Amino acid sequence: MAIIAVTGYAIAANEHIVIQKDKHFSVKILTVKVGDWVSFKNDDAFFHNVFSLSDAQSFDLGSHGQGQARRVQMAKEGTVDIECAIHPEMKMQIKVMK
Amino acid sequence: MKNKILMATVFAFSVTTLPLVAGESLPATGKAPLASYLRPHAVPAPEDNKPTAVRVELGKALFFDPRLSGSNTISCATCHNPAFGWSDGLPTGVGHGMKPLTRATPTILNTAYNAILMWDGRKKSLEDQALGPIEADVEMNQDIPGLLKKLDALEGYRDLFKKAYPGEGISPATVAKAIASFERTIVSTDSPFDRWARGDQKAVTADVKRGFAVFEGKGNCTACHQGFNFTDYGFHNIGVKDVGDKPDEGRYTQRKLPSLKGAFKTPTLRDVALTAPYMRNGLYKTLEEVVDHYDRGGDLKENLSANIKPLNLDPQEKADLVAFMKSLTGRPVSVTIPLLPMH
Repeated sequence: MAIIAVTGYAIAANEHIVIQKDKHFSVKILTVKVGDWVSFKNDDAFFHNVFSLSDAQSFDLGSHGQGQARRVQMAKEGTVDIECAIHPEMKMQIKVMK
Repeated sequence: MKNKILMATVFAFSVTTLPLVAGESLPATGKAPLASYLRPHAVPAPEDNKPTAVRVELGKALFFDPRLSGSNTISCATCHNPAFGWSDGLPTGVGHGMKPLTRATPTILNTAYNAILMWDGRKKSLEDQALGPIEADVEMNQDIPGLLKKLDALEGYRDLFKKAYPGEGISPATVAKAIASFERTIVSTDSPFDRWARGDQKAVTADVKRGFAVFEGKGNCTACHQGFNFTDYGFHNIGVKDVGDKPDEGRYTQRKLPSLKGAFKTPTLRDVALTAPYMRNGLYKTLEEVVDHYDRGGDLKENLSANIKPLNLDPQEKADLVAFMKSLTGRPVSVTIPLLPMH
């Protein structure tokens, strides 16, 4: 199992698209593999942000306007809590599997 | 005279008599259906603290009772005064020993709908917030065990707590729940804007309609002031100058993200004409000054929200925007001050 996952990662990292629309992330929980990219696309007419202060991975992708996207590569196994700094009601989780 | 009646015209208490129609959905931004700006009928409340008449009665007594402060002279209503739009008319609040605080007193109007409270968002619910100012040494300076003792010594309060929260006693939780229950009755009332939103073309003048177009369009106000409560419940640095020597870091004190330095929660615009002065530090006396601030794209540029940029509004557009904001003032209501338990 682990070998397959690692092999998959080595060959091609997937990119997962999350939409930010009406002050919601399009998914509440996203399951990805280590090495996958997650791209956050803003479909609202105002700015959004993406950050995580989780132990598994912390980052701040800054803010981006309508039509723009920010992406992050999921570096290690664990649960990453994602929030929008501007709109604290916007929350989602990324479960990163081996 | 004991049962004083505030003659000032203030807003809403009853949630049951409002002829408002709930909007279908919150407008995200830009052009949204007018009906989406109407206040939903239902006022949200947590499962373990659904409002009842006696809970509201108890909460109202506590809210207006200066004995909730260490000095026995400051009540919640001292700063959240219904005669000043549930604020205090001051640039920043004044606390224990008449010492000025660093931030403006926010109105409590429509806080029932807030998922996050305080200028920096450090409180998650009205129950979570209610004891904060009581305990804070710079505000009401009353320790909670001491408060419970004071309340327990008064038969009137003992009876009210028994009726409001049977079996729960006089506790930090029940004090907070009662105050929160009262605060949930303080909701916006029908305004000229609402009557227009429901289809009455004569409810507002042409300048209000033009101002609303500026609000949704060139003014970019709906980047933050969204929905019936005219707030996104979000945090933005809008470039307001600090008044004191020390910059107020706002939301950054709660979330250590550089982009949140100087960001504060978007306030409601409901009844905004009643809650001068404006901004988190009361920097501006008038709505005209507020519009000028946004028109020049704010003053402090460091960490400024990307939503803020010069607007190049002409004098007519500025005046119209102010007229629109003034159309958000609800129907005036009278507030009766409760008789407080004396023994």
